[in-house]
Amino acid sequence: MIEYEIKPQNKFSLGLKELWKYRELFYFFTWRDVKVKYKQAALGILWAILQPLVMMLMFTLIFSKALNVSSDGIPYPVFAISGLLIWNIFSNGLINSANSMVTNANIIKKIYFPRLIIPMSAILTALVDFAFALIIYAAILIYYHQEVSMLKLFLYLPLSILITVITTFGLGTFLAALNVKYRDFQYIIPFMIQFLLFANPVLYSSKAFTNPVINGLMRANPIASAIQLCRSIFTGIEVDWQAIMFGSIVAVLLLLAGIYTFRKTEAYFADLA
Amino acid sequence: MKPILEIQHITKKFKLGEKQEGYLALRDAISNPFKKKEEKNTAFFALNDISFDVYPGQSIGIIGKNGAGKSTLLKILSKITPPTSGKIICRGRIASLLEVGTGFHPELSGRENIYMNGSILGMRKSEINTHFDAIVNFSGVENFLDTPLKRYSSGMQLRLAFAVAAHLEPEILIIDEVLAVGDAEFQKKCLGKMNEISKSGRTVLFVSHDMGAVQNLCENSVLLNFGKVARTGPTSNVIDDYLLNTNRNNKWEQLKNIDKPHFSKIEAIIHGKQPNIRLRIDFTINSPAEMQPSFVAFDIANKRGNVIGQSIPNNNPFICLTKEKREYSVNIAINGFVPNDYVISAWIGPHNSTTYDHQKEIVGFSITESPQEGRIFPHTPDHGNIILQSEVSGKFQKINLS
Repeated sequence: MIEYEIKPQNKFSLGLKELWKYRELFYFFTWRDVKVKYKQAALGILWAILQPLVMMLMFTLIFSKALNVSSDGIPYPVFAISGLLIWNIFSNGLINSANSMVTNANIIKKIYFPRLIIPMSAILTALVDFAFALIIYAAILIYYHQEVSMLKLFLYLPLSILITVITTFGLGTFLAALNVKYRDFQYIIPFMIQFLLFANPVLYSSKAFTNPVINGLMRANPIASAIQLCRSIFTGIEVDWQAIMFGSIVAVLLLLAGIYTFRKTEAYFADLA
Repeated sequence: MKPILEIQHITKKFKLGEKQEGYLALRDAISNPFKKKEEKNTAFFALNDISFDVYPGQSIGIIGKNGAGKSTLLKILSKITPPTSGKIICRGRIASLLEVGTGFHPELSGRENIYMNGSILGMRKSEINTHFDAIVNFSGVENFLDTPLKRYSSGMQLRLAFAVAAHLEPEILIIDEVLAVGDAEFQKKCLGKMNEISKSGRTVLFVSHDMGAVQNLCENSVLLNFGKVARTGPTSNVIDDYLLNTNRNNKWEQLKNIDKPHFSKIEAIIHGKQPNIRLRIDFTINSPAEMQPSFVAFDIANKRGNVIGQSIPNNNPFICLTKEKREYSVNIAINGFVPNDYVISAWIGPHNSTTYDHQKEIVGFSITESPQEGRIFPHTPDHGNIILQSEVSGKFQKINLS
């Protein structure tokens, strides 16, 4: 016989035990979102591949051909796609999760389950897109005859994805909680994403800056760390592990801040949404 | 035996501003950083110190007017919103059908929606697999399983939703107004299923405005009024208490100008004594212009809303509608009515298919005297509202009661 109490929320807890109990919901929410996203589209899941490909071609044209941006000695398309893959997890994940609580308001108002599942599944949806986009990544690596160290590929790539997911999750839950309370964030987030695309070394090399302050900020930026890791797989440039460490610490701090804010306001989502 | 649910001093407070605005604007928080901290004295208590126990296997009806706090209580029980103070001790899994079909997505097929909805409601995938055929059978949508939900009729959607929910297996089931939609046959099926659930030893909390359904399903009920428990006890007593509170005046007036012929005043007066008791309805008709001659009809219903009979004083249009105000009186024989409260609905129109005005359950009256002389045992709702006049022939036996 289970016995539990319903009472005003006083103390803070992560609720991991409950998340585990409801683990199947992660799968169902992600599955639903992926399915619904591509169901009405004629090309279906192909869009997950086409989007980064088109972006890569566009940026190659602008940054490499027109502006002649340095790409750490590798072909610019390879350089761009490795940044864009990480960037897409981050930006799609962030947009999905920040809006997730509002789009699922009708469910939140009627049924209880750990609310964290919603923004988490939203990020998992972005990861599914990423998994498909990896096909284009592999194709480009082969096309440009990039030498890849298998050890690095299987070590650095998962690590960079992990850092990205942690960062996205931290910021995503934070924004999701604020978005329920202040709908203004619906308008702020698109600008934020545009700004962040240029603030992160997605399209240019992180070595482009000489200003020590900006360099310091870059080193603490978890997305920059993830991109650097992802690129070092084939650039052969030594990884700046100190920067990776800083980035990871910032990522974990963001995660804690995000979950804390979310859990603190979670109980009142149904009243506010 | 320990109660399966102990509800102890539950209070839920809303600040009035918060409740109306729903969500906040960042602008308010920035421009008014101090104002928020002020204690607003416009607090609204959706629930105020609610306490009651529920024992395993009980079916409890929760009734009350709109805004009495029923839905808030259910939301707290299903953990959707936390109480402001107080606590609830639960000794079992709770599943709620606060509104069936939650999590249904129009783009997904029926099959996919069964899985999605089931898992949101707290079923394991393996559980859904075991019940899948039963769910499909109950819903009767076998042929449309792979059709997107958006192509379903609303009735089909409802049937599918209820079918999923009915196969949940929690210890405590919360049901809120599921019977509001669907055709009569399906409603019967739902009631049957809910009966089966409550008979199977599951605890059920049932919220509905359908007093008949509450009476059928629940032995005991809780009456909420303005966020407080007004009464608990056997369902029929609680229902009577609730209905007593909603009694109508015997007089009604409408002063507004309406651009159609309409009732402007209705009054119900009881006069006479049994066996010649009469109901007199005085009414006034106003018309904005000359209209087709009309006639009136009055429905008399018991306080549960079941219509007992209709009075049509004259089924030929007899009221000339001109700008002039017209007053009438109708006398209705009600000598068979058992002691109870009744409500009257009034209708006026030129033809049974055309309505000028229809005022539903607008005035009420009560009968206190039994139509049967010398009757000492009470009248119960189980035997209707009218004593039928009857005569016996045959051999009479005279019994001396004293």
